[in-house]
Amino acid sequence: MNKEQIIDALKTIVQPYSEETSALAHIDENTDFINDLKINSANLVDIILDIEEKFNIEIDNDSMAKMLNVKATTDIIAAKLEARAGQ
Amino acid sequence: MTKHEILAKLPYGKSFLFVDELLHVDENGAKGTFTYIENLFFYEGHFKNHPVTPAVILAETMAQIGLVCLGIYLVKDIDQDVSVAMTSNAIDFLKPVYPDEKVTVTSEKIYFRFNKLSCKVKMVNMAGELVCKGNISGMLISKENG
Repeated sequence: MNKEQIIDALKTIVQPYSEETSALAHIDENTDFINDLKINSANLVDIILDIEEKFNIEIDNDSMAKMLNVKATTDIIAAKLEARAGQ
Repeated sequence: MTKHEILAKLPYGKSFLFVDELLHVDENGAKGTFTYIENLFFYEGHFKNHPVTPAVILAETMAQIGLVCLGIYLVKDIDQDVSVAMTSNAIDFLKPVYPDEKVTVTSEKIYFRFNKLSCKVKMVNMAGELVCKGNISGMLISKENG
């Protein structure tokens, strides 16, 4: 799965948690979950849980703390997927 | 952590405390009771000459027993005061609760991840009838001591 595919999947996951239609329509690497999509900490947890389920990976506390924007989140998902593939 | 210690850590004042006794708490859930005595403040207005426990109070009772007591227990090893902010709930209200009714609330943990606690909670009346049920979630917020 390449980065664009990951971002596409992320868009689908994030959509139900944000009312910011314009920001949602223009999600890219620079989109910030809190500032641009106005997602609160409780919904951010649900997004992380949805990511775990969708990609079949486990997100630890340190990774979670970094997953505040699309770029960091995509990097972490890509790294986890790669680590799993290498096992 | 004893049930008594959990009750002592609840952050509510007398007028908004909806936990009388905590019957059981473990890693997976909590169970407790509350009796809505007839002179509680909201009966005067809900409704005029026809007191019925407001659904929002039933939801608060479910949250205090099912979510907050469990949350305090789950972070018992952390030496900090904890408060819980309810972040979402979806509850069905099936039966009215009148003054002087005693209810029992039981919660089952769905998940506790990244300080978010999500529970399936139900409330039964003294006849054992289901009064309300649903899912409640909240964020646990630690406050530094002192």
